[in-house]
Amino acid sequence: MARRALLEFEKPLVELEEQIEQIRQLARDSEVDVSQQLLQLETLATRRRKDIFDALTPSQKIQVARHPQRPSTLDYIQVITDEWLELHGDRRGSDDRALVGGVGRIGEQGVVLLGHQKGRDTKENVARNFGMASPGGYRKAMRLMEHADRFRLPILSFIDTPGAYAGVLAEEQGQGEAIAVNLREMFRLRVPILATVIGEGGSGGALGIGVADRLLMFEHSVYTVASPEACASILWRDAGKASTAAEALKITGPDLLKLGIVDLVLPEPSGGNHSAPLQAAETLKSALLEQLSELQGLSESQLIEQRYAKFRRMGRVLDSESPIASPSS
Amino acid sequence: MSLFDWFADRQKNAPTVRVTQEQEEGDGLWSKCPECSLVVYRKDLVANASVCKGCGHHNRIDSPERIALIADPGSFEPMDTGLSPTDPLAFKDRRSYADRIRDSQQSTGLLDAVVTGICRTSGLPLALGVMDFRFMGGSMGSVVGEKLTRLIETATARRIPVLIVCASGGARMQEGMLSLMQMAKISGALERHRQAELLYLPLLTYPTTGGVTASFAMLGDLILAEPKALIGFAGRRVIEQTLREKLPEGFQTAEYLRDHGFVDAIVDRTEFKATLASLLTMHGCRETVPA
Repeated sequence: MARRALLEFEKPLVELEEQIEQIRQLARDSEVDVSQQLLQLETLATRRRKDIFDALTPSQKIQVARHPQRPSTLDYIQVITDEWLELHGDRRGSDDRALVGGVGRIGEQGVVLLGHQKGRDTKENVARNFGMASPGGYRKAMRLMEHADRFRLPILSFIDTPGAYAGVLAEEQGQGEAIAVNLREMFRLRVPILATVIGEGGSGGALGIGVADRLLMFEHSVYTVASPEACASILWRDAGKASTAAEALKITGPDLLKLGIVDLVLPEPSGGNHSAPLQAAETLKSALLEQLSELQGLSESQLIEQRYAKFRRMGRVLDSESPIASPSS
Repeated sequence: MSLFDWFADRQKNAPTVRVTQEQEEGDGLWSKCPECSLVVYRKDLVANASVCKGCGHHNRIDSPERIALIADPGSFEPMDTGLSPTDPLAFKDRRSYADRIRDSQQSTGLLDAVVTGICRTSGLPLALGVMDFRFMGGSMGSVVGEKLTRLIETATARRIPVLIVCASGGARMQEGMLSLMQMAKISGALERHRQAELLYLPLLTYPTTGGVTASFAMLGDLILAEPKALIGFAGRRVIEQTLREKLPEGFQTAEYLRDHGFVDAIVDRTEFKATLASLLTMHGCRETVPA
């Protein structure tokens, strides 16, 4: 098995893991019994890893969220569904590979699945445009969601993007319009919408498939109004202040839970989702099914009403005229 | 992200330069057009909706001036005048958000970056929202989102059209994700207004970018813009960095968006009120609202 890429803050583990590897090598070459020693070292490594991951700063979480081996939309779809078919195209002349989707089945339940898709390596990332969707991607997503509405299939959306693509063509094709229409239309859909931030949620590009009845987020995922790098260079006039900005912007699951933006934070295996992708997918699947069964108890009009009410409450304002009427303050 | 450009532009070009010019020309009695250098009496400029008579340049105007140009005299009834921003993240960059709010409030006399209310325009009822760029670049935080949402909800209940004059760098970073969610909140309110088969018109002015473009600016039944207004989703600098090449001529101007099919019509500010009245009438708006 190829060694996974280690992050800066995981360095204290390197030495330990090398030791473990050496002892394994030794055990293979000679026939000395090292199981006791191995167990000890492995326990220690597990504990250290847990300590490190329990104390991640927001900017470290960004690194985990952007880890090249972090499970992607297609990885999750394959584990969560019993079968599925990827569907292509926005029916307006493009098929964006940075935003994928299709129809699938989980047990007896038909669903529409869609999400941003990043690549694992440079070649894949070029093909996937680093998970930065174009207007065609958002229009493909909308077309799939319309399909879901028409056949009353719940929508499972997976968010994992640094942001919507910023390019001349994207502007010409109406990036703003494409996202805006999704925001509006998602309020109209008569089926449950569950969105999960599986990696990074970058601003409007994330929200464009994120107007959901329930918003889930993995423990080390982040969701930002603007990338900490951009925020640092605008507000601090110093791109080097990205980690300070990451701290200030409140981008982690627990912070967003407090602000009333996220509904549920899903625990990750120690070492992050990339260290145990199957376990992560199982966590996600059972959370989605649980949320879905709750939502399926609602009528269509209740669903739409509650979705509106949920977003209606978001924001913090001071109302000097009628302090009581002010939402969620 | 597009705030990038905004700040860059602001540093490069403007206010300081213009202010000195004005002072040289007699403490604001005279005004020199930044485009064609025509010097005119400030009073005359204001009387022409702050549009240069020489070259047609549309100077930026604030919310009171805008309201005066659209609402019939004395008809504007402001809404939610007591809504002010909080500092939910206790945000501090080089300066604290609380200080920035206070400064903007003092220099503009506004509590936040949008003024909303119900008025009559050419006798017709209208729900009017006007963003004010002077207040932290017209950026959209919780107050902007809440006031626009309430405006749209009121319009839906009263069955009247909505006009929102956009002037914004996008979502306000100092309120983090709460700002981003205002995009969804306002869009949701617009969906209900739309379901009620009522007319919504955004007017895009210099500049309309970022999260405002990716929500209510682009959701109009008809989308109107002022000549040469900067309109875009991503900032120019961000795009230049991505592409490492020069941007096309006229990129992200109102004319460019019209030519690519995203703006219905570019309307000169001096003709806007008359155009608005025609459009409202064509869409069945009448002086008395049916009960």
